[in-house]
This record gives sequence, C-alpha cells and structure tokens, in this order.
Amino acid sequence: MSTVPVEYFLIVAAVLFVVGAVGFLLRRNLLVLLMSIELMLNSVNLTLVAYNRLHAANHAGQNLAFFVIAVAAAEAAVGLAIVLAFFRVRKTIHSDEANLLKN
Amino acid sequence: MPPLSVVAFMLLAALTLGSAGIVAFSKNIIHSALALLGTFLGIAGLYVTLSADFLAATQVLVYVGGTLTLILFAVMLTSRIEDMKVSNPQGGVAVAFGLIAVALLVLGKVATETNWPSEAKPAVPSTAKLGHAFLGEYLLPFEIGSVVLLAAMIGSVVLARRAVKRAWEKG
Repeated sequence: MSTVPVEYFLIVAAVLFVVGAVGFLLRRNLLVLLMSIELMLNSVNLTLVAYNRLHAANHAGQNLAFFVIAVAAAEAAVGLAIVLAFFRVRKTIHSDEANLLKN
Repeated sequence: MPPLSVVAFMLLAALTLGSAGIVAFSKNIIHSALALLGTFLGIAGLYVTLSADFLAATQVLVYVGGTLTLILFAVMLTSRIEDMKVSNPQGGVAVAFGLIAVALLVLGKVATETNWPSEAKPAVPSTAKLGHAFLGEYLLPFEIGSVVLLAAMIGSVVLARRAVKRAWEKG
C-alpha cells in the first residue's frame, strides 16, 4: 500500500527535529521553547512509527510512541505550570530573566 | 501523475515542516501557537499513511485537544497580546546553526545510506494489537505511565495555583 519509502519519513522527521532544536536554541520566549520541545518529541515519534512500519508484525514502535506521548503530555502540563509560576514572579516569560538562583 | 500515496505524503510533509518553521521562527507567539496545530495535524496524517490509525487518533486527541489548548491558555495568560514585542532577541545564531547542521547531516546520512528493507507492506489494523500489548506485555509501563500522569497533574496544579505572595514578587 504505502509506496513511499521509509527514508522519506526519516528525513521529514530529521528536518522536523532540527527545526525544533534550532527553535529551542535560538528563541528566548519560554512558551516557544516548550513548543519546540513538542516539535522534537513529535519528530521522534514519527521516526518510531516509521521504523515500526518495517516490522509490521509487532507494534513495539507504536507502543513506545504512546509512552512518549504520555510523557510529553505530562511534560507540557508541568512545564506550562512552571511558566505560569515564573510569569507570576517576574512578570515576563523571557528566558534570560530566569536568574533568581544566580544572586 | 505520481501515485496518490506519494502526493498525500508530499502534502502532509509540506504541511508539517512549513508549520514547524512558523512555530520555531515566527516573531508573533500567537502565530507560533496556531501553527503548532498544522504540525500536529500533519504528523497525524503521516501516521495514517504509515498505517498507525489508532496512534493518529491519539495524536489528534492528546496534542490538538489537550496540549495545544493548554499552550494557548498559557499564551493568553502570560503574553501581552496587544504589544507584539513579546518575543524574541536571538543570540548565538552561528553556533546554533553549526551544531544543528552537523546533527542534520548525521541524521540525513543515516536515513539515506542505511539499507532499510524496502518492500511495500500491506496496511495492518493496529488497534486490537495495541490493546493486547498494553494489557499484556506492556502492563507495568502502562500502569507506571498512569501514575506519572497523575503526579504531573497534581504537580502542575500545585505549581500553577495562586500561592501566598512572597516578599520578592513584584507587583
């Protein structure tokens, strides 16, 4: 059925991961950092499902993707709560302002 | 005319990567948050073309229904939407691009030069198998996952609730 070779999915996942990583490294907005983490987690999931396609008999890759989704949901909830608490303290979500522990 | 699956793959890949670019590089955080929707839907579509139907449904439910809503709430609560200078002086651009170019080269080389078995596989329904796996082979990680989610839920409530105002808080 699927005539698209698995390399294409891997390349899409690689580019998606790189976009997320660049966003994470360059941006200074905490919410954009969290969104970039979500992009990277999604690209890893895409890789897992693409590999799973090569071994269609068992579903280990898809199972692992489910656990990644669960952990990503937990990470997003806790991360956004931390961003809200940080915003309440500093009135900004600029990540360079997160320096309370430095002085 | 290329086969339909190739066209679908190209469209979904373009949707995913284009939206991802907007997420990572848009100056406007609202645009970033909304473009995340395109990325999640594109990934769900790619899951469908990989015959992971249940995972695609889960992707839409969890990411679009849960995570994206949460992110939009956080954007509305924290950013001053009116003045659009909420993001983003950038720093260390050259170093970041150097690191990332290396990562992309390695990933691309692995993806293209490995001999993946390439025969086309028929689409297989996955939901029943996944259910059996979760309640059999993966029972312990499944239960641990539910405990992790419960802990995250309680933790985020504790973190995000309005606490007593401390001395160092402004305003």
